[in-house]
Amino acid sequence: MSGFSVNEAGYYGNFGGAYIPEMLYPNVEELRASYIKIITSEDFQHEFNHLLETYVGRPTPLYFASRLSSKYGAKIYLKREDLCHTGAHKVNNTIGQILLAKKLGKDKIIAETGAGQHGVATATVCALMGMECTVYMGEVDMARQKPNVERMKILGAEVKAATSGSKTLKDATNEAMRHWINNPDDTHYIIGSVVGPHPYPDMVARFQSVISEEIKRQLYDLEGKHSPDYLLACVGGGSNAAGAFYHFLEDTKVKLIAAEAAGHGIETNKSAATTFIGKSGVLHGSKTLLMQTGDGQVVEPHSISAGLDYPGIGPLHAHLFDSGRASFYAITDEEAMIAGVELSKLEGIIPAIESAHALAVLGKMDFDERDVMVLNLSGRGDKDLETYIKWGKY
Amino acid sequence: MNNRINKIFKEKEAILSIYYTAGFPNLEDTLMIATALEKSGADMLEIGIPFSDPVADGPTIQQSSKQALDNGITLALLFEQLRDLREKVRIPVLLMGYINPILQFGIEKFCDNCKEVGIDGTIIPDLPVQEYQDSYDSHFKSAGLENIFLISPNTSKERIEKIDSISNGFIYMVSSASITGAKEGLQEGQLEYYQRIQKMKLKSPKLIGFGISNRETFNKACEHAEGAIIGSAFINQLENDPSDEGIQKFVHSIKER
Repeated sequence: MSGFSVNEAGYYGNFGGAYIPEMLYPNVEELRASYIKIITSEDFQHEFNHLLETYVGRPTPLYFASRLSSKYGAKIYLKREDLCHTGAHKVNNTIGQILLAKKLGKDKIIAETGAGQHGVATATVCALMGMECTVYMGEVDMARQKPNVERMKILGAEVKAATSGSKTLKDATNEAMRHWINNPDDTHYIIGSVVGPHPYPDMVARFQSVISEEIKRQLYDLEGKHSPDYLLACVGGGSNAAGAFYHFLEDTKVKLIAAEAAGHGIETNKSAATTFIGKSGVLHGSKTLLMQTGDGQVVEPHSISAGLDYPGIGPLHAHLFDSGRASFYAITDEEAMIAGVELSKLEGIIPAIESAHALAVLGKMDFDERDVMVLNLSGRGDKDLETYIKWGKY
Repeated sequence: MNNRINKIFKEKEAILSIYYTAGFPNLEDTLMIATALEKSGADMLEIGIPFSDPVADGPTIQQSSKQALDNGITLALLFEQLRDLREKVRIPVLLMGYINPILQFGIEKFCDNCKEVGIDGTIIPDLPVQEYQDSYDSHFKSAGLENIFLISPNTSKERIEKIDSISNGFIYMVSSASITGAKEGLQEGQLEYYQRIQKMKLKSPKLIGFGISNRETFNKACEHAEGAIIGSAFINQLENDPSDEGIQKFVHSIKER
C-alpha cells in the first residue's frame, strides 16, 4: 500500500471511512467487495475505454497555451477536459459508474447535483443505457441553473427539488442518500465527486484517473518526459483534481497544487475554502475536512461557482493537505472571474468558473521559464455565461 | 452490565420508547417533556441531538431538528438542561444523534457528561460498528453507556449475529428499508423479516422502530419484539400540542398504563 492510496479500511491517512447508517451498509458493502474486481476486469475496461473514446471524445488534447505561457513565464499546458461530451470531466465518472451499476444488476439510478453538471452527465449516461434516472438538486440551485434543469429533463431524467435545509448541493446529497435508504434493492447511487463513504472516493478517483494517464502519455510526446513540474486543478469535492493527480501522487517531484473557492474571502463568512476554514468532521459518509460551527453543525458555503459550493472536500484531498503533499490556494470570486476572462482573451477558451479558480493561481506563483505546468481545465464556460454577463467586466 | 436499560427489559414487556428532539418545540422544553412522558407511562426515552444534515431522517424529524437548532440548542446546552434529569426521571434515557456534533464536542467529554447527568445509552446511526469497536467502545464502556446498534431487513444473518454478540442494551430493529417517518403501516415482507429475526433467538432484546405511529403498529411490533420506538408521530404531537395533557393523551393512545 502506498502513501496516498486508500487503505483496506477506506482511509487516506486520518480521513475517509464509511460513516453510513446501517440501512445503507449492504449496498455500500456490495460495492466495496466488488468494485475493484469489476472495474479491473477485461470486458469492463474494454467497454469503458470504448465509450470514453467513441462517446466522450477521449483522449482530450493536452494543449500548449503559448500566449498564457509567455504571460506567466512558464510552459503551461491545458488538459482540455472542457472538450468532453457534456462539457466537463464529470462524464468520465458517470460512464464508469453506470457500467458498474449494470454489472451489479441495478436498473435505477439516482444522483445529486449542484450546478447541474454531474446531473447532466448522469442523465446523459442513463439515456445512453436506457436506465431510469432521478436527480436531486437543491431548490435554490434549480432556480440558479435553469438551463441545466431543462437539459436533464430533455435527456429524460426526473429532477427532484431538495427543499430541506439550505436547499443547495449538500441538501441534494442528503436527499439522494435518503432515497437510497428507501430504495436499496434496485437503485445505484452515482456520487459525482471523490466524496461519500468508502469505496466512492477511490472508485470515482479511478474513473477520473484517465486524465492523468493521458497527461503522462501526451506530455512525453510533447516534452520528452512523463512528469510535469507542476500539476494544478481546482477542488470543490475534488474529482477533477483527483483524476489529474492520480498517477503523480507518489511522484513527489511533481508539485501538486489545488485551487479552492475563497468566495468573498476566507476571512468572511461567505467562502468555500475548506482546507483554510474547515476542521475534521463527518459528513455524507466520510471523515474529512468540513466547514462547521464549534457545535459541529455544517456551515453553508459560498462560491460564485456552483461546482465548488460544497462545505467539505474529498478525504484524499484532506490527506494531501494534511500531509503537505499538495499546496492549496484560496481564490476569491473576483480573482476567478478575472482569470476566466483572461483565458478567453489570450487563448480563445471560455473556461468554466470552477476551472477559472485554477487559472487564477498562475499569477500567485514564481516560475522558472523552463518549468512545465499542466493545468486541468475541467470544464467549459457555456453554462456560466449568465454569471460572466452579470459580472460584466470584460 | 446492569444499568437502567438492562433492568427495564428484565422487568417489563411491550416496552414503549419515545424519541423526541432536544430543544423542540421550545428551547427549554427538553426536560419538561421527559418528565411528562415518564408520568404518562413511557418506558424509555431517546432524546435527539439535532444535526444540520440528518440523512437517516424524514421530513418530520429534519424539521424539528432545524427548529431546535434555530432555537439555539447545542450539545453543551443540552447537557446543561439535563443536569437535574435524575432528580425528575427514573426511566432509561438515551441520547440519539449523528456522530459529527459528538466528535466536535469531544468523545471523552461527551462520555463524562453522559455519566454525570445519568444517560444510559446512545444511538448514533452513522457511527459504523467497526469504527465504534476500534475507537469508541472503551470510552463508552467506562462511562457505563450502552451503545445501541441498528439492523434493517437487508442486514445479513452473519452481521446480525455479530451485532448481537457486541450489543449489551438492545438491538434497534429498523422496521423496513426506510428513513424515519417515511413508510407507515405494515410493509411488504415486514412480517417475514420480524419472524426471521424472532427465529434467530438473539441474546439481546429488540425494539422495533421507524414507521411505528399508533396502537396498531405498536401492538404488531410487540408481538415480535420486546417493544417499539415511536419518533416522528410523537414529534407531530409536540408540533400540535406540547402540553402535559397532550403528551399524556398521545402516550395513552398507544399504550394503557
